[in-house]
Amino acid sequence: MTDLADRQKLSYIAAQAADARLNVELETEGMTLNIGPQHPATHGTLRIIVRLDGEQVVWAEPSAGYMHRGYEKLTEVRTFPQVTTLINRIDWLGSFANEVPFILAAEKLMDIEAPPRAQWIRTILFELSRIANVGLFLGDLGVQLGAITPVFFAFRDREYVLNLIEAATGGRFHPNFDRIGGLKDDLPAGWITETKQVMKKLRMFCDEMDDLLFGNEIFQSRLRGIGVIPADVAKQYGLSGANLRASGVDWDLRRDQTLPMAWDKVDWKVWTHPDGDCFARCWVRLQETREATKIVDQLLDTLPSGPVMAKVPRIIKVPEGEAWVSTENPLGEMGYYVVSKGDLGPFRVKIRSASFNNISIVPWVLRGVYVPDVISILASLYFILGDIDR
Amino acid sequence: MIGVDVPYWAQSLLRVLGGTVAVLLPAGTIVYLFLFKMMSFMQSRLGPMEAGPYGSMQLFAEVGKWLQKEDIQPQKADKQIFKLAPLIVLVSTFLLVAVVPFGPDAYFTNFDAGVFYMLAVSSISTLGILIAGWSSANKYSLLGGLRAAGQLIAYELPMVLAVLGVVIQAETMNMQGIVERQNAGEIFGWNGLGNPYILTQFIGFVIFMIAVQAELTQTPFDMPIAESELVSGYMTEYSGFRFLIFFIAEFATAGVFALIASVLFLGGWGVPFSWFGWHTIDDVDDWMNIGGPLIMLTKMLVLTFLIMWIRFSYPRFREDQLQRFAWKVLIPLALLNIMVTAILKVMF
Repeated sequence: MTDLADRQKLSYIAAQAADARLNVELETEGMTLNIGPQHPATHGTLRIIVRLDGEQVVWAEPSAGYMHRGYEKLTEVRTFPQVTTLINRIDWLGSFANEVPFILAAEKLMDIEAPPRAQWIRTILFELSRIANVGLFLGDLGVQLGAITPVFFAFRDREYVLNLIEAATGGRFHPNFDRIGGLKDDLPAGWITETKQVMKKLRMFCDEMDDLLFGNEIFQSRLRGIGVIPADVAKQYGLSGANLRASGVDWDLRRDQTLPMAWDKVDWKVWTHPDGDCFARCWVRLQETREATKIVDQLLDTLPSGPVMAKVPRIIKVPEGEAWVSTENPLGEMGYYVVSKGDLGPFRVKIRSASFNNISIVPWVLRGVYVPDVISILASLYFILGDIDR
Repeated sequence: MIGVDVPYWAQSLLRVLGGTVAVLLPAGTIVYLFLFKMMSFMQSRLGPMEAGPYGSMQLFAEVGKWLQKEDIQPQKADKQIFKLAPLIVLVSTFLLVAVVPFGPDAYFTNFDAGVFYMLAVSSISTLGILIAGWSSANKYSLLGGLRAAGQLIAYELPMVLAVLGVVIQAETMNMQGIVERQNAGEIFGWNGLGNPYILTQFIGFVIFMIAVQAELTQTPFDMPIAESELVSGYMTEYSGFRFLIFFIAEFATAGVFALIASVLFLGGWGVPFSWFGWHTIDDVDDWMNIGGPLIMLTKMLVLTFLIMWIRFSYPRFREDQLQRFAWKVLIPLALLNIMVTAILKVMF
């Protein structure tokens, strides 16, 4: 891996070479196209500068930062319990999953562990936010490729999940439900049976998507063999989550590390795909959504009784130290490096969000593809703008 | 023939009125029935419900909204051509509807090269789209315009070849003649259904409908618009009533092409002549001038339903895949169809 300055130099040289090639060999003028910051395919304000030769991309460079909100700095002026309100908004589609690694890091520093029931419920809500997030991805994928119907199915069925999250936490998008030492509340009455019904519906939704999109020949011809990322390149660029697993790397933090969460208590499978193309990335996400519904079902069956909150002091002061905890979030590996000086709030928090690393491969993978493929590759890499610009 | 003698000015006025109705009515029906309602039901939502009963007045609300909007022109746009482009697209729709017969006497023009004329003027809209893409001074528009040009040229050919099969079978290029041949025809001596060419020219019908889908730039062939890639393609810079004209042209052309397809393949305005003991078009009773347009409207709705159904459920092709599909699949298939039709024509 070269450092930043070198990379800029390389892309500059590539652009010069591209210009020279265009003018000498083909005698056509290249065109620089800004995809974004306002563009329907970037779902947010990502800007991708592409240099085109006809419809072919000669080089591409993502330009992030249009929505930077300075969360790392903002956490320094907040107390530990207040931080969850902020970090909820990093990946806004799977917001509960953002809270968990931070709370786990704080718990690690304080050397406390949430009671089993809290761990179980945390895992359930974590997986629900994964379904809410990736479910929408499956629908949005259709829109990026020009099929407008799947996204409405996705919104319809995501609504059930959001209702569940709202019933349990009080917030549809930003639950802010995780506490150091456990959870704010127990589950409401009747939530378990309702969740099981919703999981059934979501499995049906996955089948529907399988029929409507993944079985469609146009869909396959648009995605198969496009944007292939080999396993070693994926590792070099620090991809994580489904993007990495679609390149054939069997790596899932839910399984590969021991955390005070309940994933190791249930039976589920990590899906990988050997191809590494756009289709593989989408397919792995579809399987993950199915797997998540199974995890939730099994966890609900084995839900232990007991308190949802460990004994923690009324005013939380985290002892001096440093902790790094990362989890397998809907978008990939998300981690927090928390440095505490023994105050009410953290001294420094470094947020490692998945999308930022996932789009770093864009210049590599977009070279030589056509404009429509740019969109399908970006869609299959699946980023959330809040997750890129914290 | 109608016994009433209508003066020339009244005939012209009737034609202008009829043409406007024939363009706007299908467009409105398609937009309300399919774009607003059917799409919503397919996507498990209700669609517009507030304006009028079941949202039936929504069209007027939309048109009113567009008419009120500011007419924005980009600073660097080629202003006059930019203003002209939507009109060219709409004009091609009006020119198309001119040859469609709606009844034994209910037609705008009736001349022997009808099919030829139809195929010729249907490409005029390409011109409008191309200059819209160029004059907008927008990179997305330019990409969209060029894509449209490439695509529409590629799909003009299969369309022509698909229609040729019908022309060979009907032995005429007159649209009225094609209707007559189908309804007066017989299948192996049985004339209860006439002989709609969809039976003998089924391959031609399928190719024609695919080509129409591409010609109309509907999904899966909507790369010129491609809202997730090119924002809105050649329409990106248009707003207000100019956008409205593009919008009307899009759906009116869908309606007109469905009308043409029903003339070529489904027997047009006619009912099988044997039902009423007619033999040629001169025997047809006058009430068919009222019944014919209704039959045409029904057939048009069926065909546009097909177009819209595909539009709402398929993702879009990539430009090169589309070209490959046109040149490697549709055109050879259409040529084969012509060959088989010609051989069978000579044999029987």
